[in-house]
Amino acid sequence: MAKDRVVVVGGGTGGTLAANLLARRGVRVTLVDSTGWHTYQPNYLYLPFTDRVPTGGGPLFSRRVNGLLDGRVETVVGEVTGIDHRAGRVQVQKGGSLPYDWLVLAPGTAYYPDEIQGYREAAHHFYSQEAALCLREALASFRGGDVVVGVTTIPYKCPPAPLEFTLMLDAHLRRLGLREKTRIHFLSPLPRAFTIEQVSEMVAPIMEKRGIEIHTFFNTESVDPGARVVRSLEGDEVPYDLLVLIPPHGGVPAVRNSGLGDRSGWIPTDRHLLKVLGHERLYALGDATDLPVSKSGVAAHFQAEAVAGNILAEMAGRTPAHAYTGRVLCFAETGLGRATIISFDYQHPPRPPFPNRVLHWAKLAFNVLYWYTVPQGRVPLRGVAELEERRGSVGEEARVGH
Amino acid sequence: MVKADRVIDARGAYCPGPLMELIRAVREAARGDVLEVLSSDSGSKRDIPAWAQKAGHEVVGVFPEQGYDRIVVRKAR
Ligand SMILES: Cc1cc2nc3c(=O)[nH]c(=O)nc-3n(C[C@H](O)[C@H](O)[C@H](O)COP(=O)(O)OP(=O)(O)OC[C@H]3O[C@@H](n4cnc5c(N)ncnc54)[C@H](O)[C@@H]3O)c2cc1C
Repeated sequence: MAKDRVVVVGGGTGGTLAANLLARRGVRVTLVDSTGWHTYQPNYLYLPFTDRVPTGGGPLFSRRVNGLLDGRVETVVGEVTGIDHRAGRVQVQKGGSLPYDWLVLAPGTAYYPDEIQGYREAAHHFYSQEAALCLREALASFRGGDVVVGVTTIPYKCPPAPLEFTLMLDAHLRRLGLREKTRIHFLSPLPRAFTIEQVSEMVAPIMEKRGIEIHTFFNTESVDPGARVVRSLEGDEVPYDLLVLIPPHGGVPAVRNSGLGDRSGWIPTDRHLLKVLGHERLYALGDATDLPVSKSGVAAHFQAEAVAGNILAEMAGRTPAHAYTGRVLCFAETGLGRATIISFDYQHPPRPPFPNRVLHWAKLAFNVLYWYTVPQGRVPLRGVAELEERRGSVGEEARVGH
Repeated sequence: MVKADRVIDARGAYCPGPLMELIRAVREAARGDVLEVLSSDSGSKRDIPAWAQKAGHEVVGVFPEQGYDRIVVRKAR
């Protein structure tokens, strides 16, 4: 039992922490990551608006994953191309096959731009380094007109990011004196701006005040680069000069090809215990799962704690009992130096405070502190977050009073 | 009673799961097909008919069942 080997697929936010927590308790862990780099993706949001970030060298906002891992974790750099859970083996491209006793799947998401006709030719996004840099260039030569920002398929990573981007774009264009020459459109597939009603109710009036036009029930069907319009399944059409569409998301090819995913490639996962449904010794966490919570680093972090706890319990012959509570918590930028916080779990919907400056600085601080805390699980994120939340609601009262 | 060409069981899924499941099914269906969504999320009986109306499809009806709703839509275009 002590010799049992755990293989973790994916060295992102969730996989790195799960590997560290297990290794620290003496478990033999091998982590496989296709790039060998661990990327802090939230920084992509800021990239289109700044030319201060130098390009060239390694991937941006990234560190080598083995530098973040406990020294006892063995790291393999290579893409997992197949998973044969019955045989207890993962196939690594150019690396042969890797046997395991327990498997943790944390490979995140993949993007499928070809699901929308015309997307590749015309649409920008900020969900990868390359795309965010392209968008930065397009924005630098933008002189006014119609900007369209849209959510395509649900789910996608970091649900508030498109709204944050839109509000930051509004602030950016105001700074450049281009706002009066620009119409900003926000496309939502839902009857409101955001999936969660409470958040929608807070953000919709802010968008209205900033003159952003919300198009609801807009399920993007195709982009027509010739006519410069984006069309919806519902039969609507919106013109664009600059088009920013969140790329359609789905599970990674390795999961899809192994038959472990649902139709979109998400892994069916027990909401609390995080075991892959219908399998033993197989756990999943983070963006790769079908859990009904935001695909966020924060959720992956809390889930990693539960996965590690449950595997340790099972190895010791106990019943796994570490339940993930559905906890999610995100700072969300609203532009003009302010931010809010969205915090909820399976039982409690969020009550986001009115955006304030403290939360904006907290988000920026977190973007730096991330490296020293999250991959190691060193600072209990839960405690920090609850403190910020309390401070946030004080800020709200102060503002409302004025 | 109208017979459904396809039943989408979205019980246990939260908003916007059932609506997104229906939209996916509408994309795959033929004109005239009847789609039936089973949803235990209380927002669905408001959001799904509103979406169908906006998208130009026919809302055949919303039928409350034990612990869930049956929402029937005909793809009209
Ligand atoms: C623009 C943007 C803003 C965001 N803002 C926030 C925010 O403010 N707050 C927040 O909490 N979250 C935010 N997120 C989301 C957050 O980055 C992700 O939810 C989080 O990284 C998920 O962690 P994960 O471990 O599931 O997957 P990831 O961190 O994506 O890691 C997956 C890893 O698996 C590897 N991999 C994939 N396939 C294979 C394979 N076949 N074989 C081997 N390795 C593989 C990848 O290389 C990657 O290293 C944001 C994301 C974006 C894009």
